[in-house]
Amino acid sequence: MTNTAAPMIEPVIKMRDVSKFYGDFQALKSVNLDVSQGERMVICGPSGSGKSTLIRCINRLEAHESGQINVNGVELTDDSESHDKIRGAVGMVFQQFNLFPHLTVLQNLTLGPRRVLGLSDTEADERAMTYLERVRIPDQADKYPRQLSGGQQQRVAIARALCMESKILLFDEPTSALDPEMIAEVLDVMTELASSGMTMIVVTHEMGFARKVADTMVFMDQGEIVEVGPPDQVFTAPKSQRFATFLKQILQH
Amino acid sequence: MKCIAILATFLLLAGCSGNWGWYVVDPTTPKGLINLKFMLSGMYYTILLSVTAISISVVLGLLVALPGLSEKKGWRRFNRTYVEIVRAVPILVLILWVYYGLPALSGITLNVFWAGVLALALSDSAFQAEIFRGGIQSISRGQYEAAKSVSLNYRDTMRFVILPQAIRRILPALGNQLVYMLKMSSLVSVIGMQELTRKANELSVSEYRPLEIYTVLVLEYLVLILVVSAFVRRLERRMQAAEA
Repeated sequence: MTNTAAPMIEPVIKMRDVSKFYGDFQALKSVNLDVSQGERMVICGPSGSGKSTLIRCINRLEAHESGQINVNGVELTDDSESHDKIRGAVGMVFQQFNLFPHLTVLQNLTLGPRRVLGLSDTEADERAMTYLERVRIPDQADKYPRQLSGGQQQRVAIARALCMESKILLFDEPTSALDPEMIAEVLDVMTELASSGMTMIVVTHEMGFARKVADTMVFMDQGEIVEVGPPDQVFTAPKSQRFATFLKQILQH
Repeated sequence: MKCIAILATFLLLAGCSGNWGWYVVDPTTPKGLINLKFMLSGMYYTILLSVTAISISVVLGLLVALPGLSEKKGWRRFNRTYVEIVRAVPILVLILWVYYGLPALSGITLNVFWAGVLALALSDSAFQAEIFRGGIQSISRGQYEAAKSVSLNYRDTMRFVILPQAIRRILPALGNQLVYMLKMSSLVSVIGMQELTRKANELSVSEYRPLEIYTVLVLEYLVLILVVSAFVRRLERRMQAAEA
């Protein structure tokens, strides 16, 4: 009757000794990282520090050479079945949006749900409209991506990822390709998303967003995780010189 | 269209010099009308042959192009071998080989039409494969990654994401191939296909007026191809407009 095993809080993403090379260049050096269900993690670091590579390894857009990656209980191997399983649990938002330019906004959103999740056209349309409302552009449903501003396109991309209703969302520098006046609208949507309990890993330089939203702040440099901790702690008292220097550089302006 | 009118006027005027005998295809005389109709009747097979052949070669070309984009070396080698071999055979030789050689080799006898279609389609497929490969390679990696991020499999990625964009980009090249095919279909006359060129040959033999008859033949191809080009351009514009 009382089968009260303490609830094991297994991390939803577990990376152990993950290394990745581009030729001779080592992009990731034995990285260890845990992400738990509902956690909001922000990863920052100078360009070339391996932060994008790190999250692209999670859904196998890049293959890691050594170490283990376990996502949602599935071990990521060379077997493509594991890629499919993991990609089903992980959505992604890209720096360059990567919307499908030949499809309307609505079609961009419904393609995955119809082909992969097997939703009917009406179900997929309904779901798409729900998420378009959530990113506050339901009126753009029948437009083509190039008719939208960068900020709107990125919000469509976020809605496209949401439509798959995956457990984890990865954001690869989602505001880096945007004009300054459009950054806020995208960050607003992401902030709202964060408050809904979604597991998010965000690579960004937006420190204001990190401070407001992140449970965990990760600082990477030269392929290594240099600092991990709650934002209050790492921002006010960085343990490493490298992170302190980095913060000073990006907060100067 | 203006240049055709000028050319036609020029030829008509040239007819006054005495070397021309337009009576042979003069539609105002009963004999001329019959001859002209005879020549135009070849249009049906020229178009049918070319359109059938290019439809097959597009599919064949795509099937050859896809292995060329594979990460596996063996698949890529298959693609290269196919393209190099097929591209090296002259179309006329391929037509003769398919019509006279293939039955002896395999026991399958094709009629003139299908032998022509097969030869033209095979020959063109190598070029189509190269066009498709280029078009598909021009699509950015981000599109594949986005497709992966919503879990699309390879087939759906190609079908719904990559090919629709690639085809838009290669449409001008496909239009070129269609024009090329319309012209190359004239070679199938050598095995007796009753298309434009064959009709002109036959009429020329019975009427002894090659100059006028082949001039009409030139004009037939010219009009046909100008119409096709205009159609392809309109299609391109429509596809661009749909995205704008």
